[in-house]
Amino acid sequence: MAPIPLDLQLLDSCAALLLLLSFAMLSQRRIVSLVNLLAVQGAVLAAATLLLAWRTGQGHLYLSAALTLALKVAFLPWLLHRLIRRLQVYWDTEPLLNISGTMLSGILIVVFAFGLAQPITELASTTMRSAIGIAISVVLLAFLMMITRRKAMSQVIGFLSMENGLFFGAMSATYGMPMVVELGVALDVLVAVLVLGVFFFQIREQFDSLDLHHLESLKGEPR
Amino acid sequence: MIELALLLGLPLAGGIALGALGAHRRAPELNAAVSLATFLAACALTVRVIRHGDLLLAHEQLFIDPFNVFLVALTALVGLTTALFSRPYMRIELAHGRVSAGRLRLYHAMYQMFMLTMLLALTTNNMGLLWVALEAATLSTVLLVTLYRTPRSLEAGWKYFILCGVGIAQALFGTILLYFAAERTLGAEGVTALLWTHLDAVKSQLEPAVLALAFVFLLVGYGTKVGLAPLHSWLPDAHAEGPTPISAVLSGLLLNVALYAVVRCKVLVQGSLHSPLPARMLMGFGLLSVALSSLCLWRQRDVKRLFAYSSVEHMGIATFAFGMGGPVASFAALLHMTVHSLTKSAIFFAVGHAAQKAGSQLMENIRGLVTLSPTIGWGLMTGTLAILGLPPFGVFASEFLILTTAMREQPWAIPILLAALAVAFAAIFRRVQPMVFGETSARRLPHPPALLPVFAHLAIVLVLGLYIPPALADWYRAAARLIGGP
Repeated sequence: MAPIPLDLQLLDSCAALLLLLSFAMLSQRRIVSLVNLLAVQGAVLAAATLLLAWRTGQGHLYLSAALTLALKVAFLPWLLHRLIRRLQVYWDTEPLLNISGTMLSGILIVVFAFGLAQPITELASTTMRSAIGIAISVVLLAFLMMITRRKAMSQVIGFLSMENGLFFGAMSATYGMPMVVELGVALDVLVAVLVLGVFFFQIREQFDSLDLHHLESLKGEPR
Repeated sequence: MIELALLLGLPLAGGIALGALGAHRRAPELNAAVSLATFLAACALTVRVIRHGDLLLAHEQLFIDPFNVFLVALTALVGLTTALFSRPYMRIELAHGRVSAGRLRLYHAMYQMFMLTMLLALTTNNMGLLWVALEAATLSTVLLVTLYRTPRSLEAGWKYFILCGVGIAQALFGTILLYFAAERTLGAEGVTALLWTHLDAVKSQLEPAVLALAFVFLLVGYGTKVGLAPLHSWLPDAHAEGPTPISAVLSGLLLNVALYAVVRCKVLVQGSLHSPLPARMLMGFGLLSVALSSLCLWRQRDVKRLFAYSSVEHMGIATFAFGMGGPVASFAALLHMTVHSLTKSAIFFAVGHAAQKAGSQLMENIRGLVTLSPTIGWGLMTGTLAILGLPPFGVFASEFLILTTAMREQPWAIPILLAALAVAFAAIFRRVQPMVFGETSARRLPHPPALLPVFAHLAIVLVLGLYIPPALADWYRAAARLIGGP
């Protein structure tokens, strides 16, 4: 068996790191650390994109690596940290499912994700096709995090992590989407976080808290 | 060329201008004027497409065919009438102290941005840009749902954002899978692999296993925005808690455009799969929405929630019809999208003024509209009869076509459909009847209400029920051929 080239090994490590970071986020209740983990996830993603760009020589991947670096490592974490300081939300409350339960469900999700990725992996011709299962896992783990958390801030971090997973999926299956789409998606993510920033202040102003149990009155019942 | 540039450029420029202008006294008029210009551009575009056939522009990123041009015209029309309606409506809200002048600036700017995303989603040829535009549509309306800053509106806005955000993330994954399948067939340069016209040309060669998976994600993702049960739970809240013009455009435009996205995907997947899977999924989701929403209608006390659930029901009917496929059912579904959009926005216009008069959205507090302002009362009554599918309105024609086709092709679905329609009829009629007739305690409004949009919409729906002009019928048929498939 031929030795695996170094850059491919590095790419695989990046994929493994992404999955590890997703689990770390799942178990983390300190919101500041969650944002840091998200930034690290963005950095790993940017590194993987850069490696892939270098390996395949596709120019547009350099651009998306730069975009990832600017948006997901620098700007969004900075914005979220600022919001956390302004709103003074440092801890999430006990999640709906306790940490060990969440981790166990997370493992089951990863198994399911690899099963789901099987037909795609078989057809893919890219060098990173084994990572497609990891990308789906990252998406589903972020989804799990959104379901089990109560604070609005953690749900948003889950949302952004889900976007990271989707981006990684696009990269490992097809070397990224066409540039115009990637720019559009990046713009949407940016606007989404800005809108959410405004939104948090509105929630805060109204309820004096960012705990989502205040937002549970609309069940179609009379007011 | 110029028409399309105007169509997309006008709302963009209008949104920026309205944002920059600030809380100007004439902002509502400017908003209406921009919408009127957009509508004229849409008309010019329509005429051009009828005369010269399909268009493919801007490095094939934009394209117009019979299917989307009719939705472009409809979207621009409802955009115009809603802008006309929102002019007095938002002035009254301002006078009642529910919004401030500063928030109206946000409202007007975002209204135009929303129109831009709708028109971009319809005219783009790129499945990726379609996704971007639909996500941007959520983002531009989420702050409008929370415009009143009440606890309930914040909750509705949060739910809207998170559910549609997660939903649309599934659709992005579906789009990635579609791109993955297409790249294998269309070649590795990847520039054309998300363009619908290219995908449509090679759809029979796309990998069926991947497309089936992609369709599940795309349907769940865009289906969340269509409001298909069980993914509909954001819809009644967002409709009820936002300002009424926004309810009208959410029901009249956003749901249609999201369904358009689903149908575009279905055409591709159907062409690749040669199995009834996509059709069955559409029919299943459609029937479930019809059945579930008609039951939910009984529990409603808020008038806007009532009609929001009715939107879920009608989108379910249209989805079911698209699922049946074939030229007749697709024709009926397109007609149903048109008449539902017009009727439902007309109802929301009337309901908006009725709720302002009563000072409450609760149906038990709205009484005797017909004595105090006959036009609002009769507008609401006529709109309700139209949406319930009574002849001679257009909804009757489309539902009749759908039911007769289903009787031939999917007879098992008929009992469910008929029972749901009957339940919905009873549930809505028993609520609307005392609102329109009976004793009244309503107040006078500080500005004359906008009634022209209500009756203009209902008149079009009436005409469509009695007689579909041959040009329009040809156009529907061309679109139905395009999407009807085998």
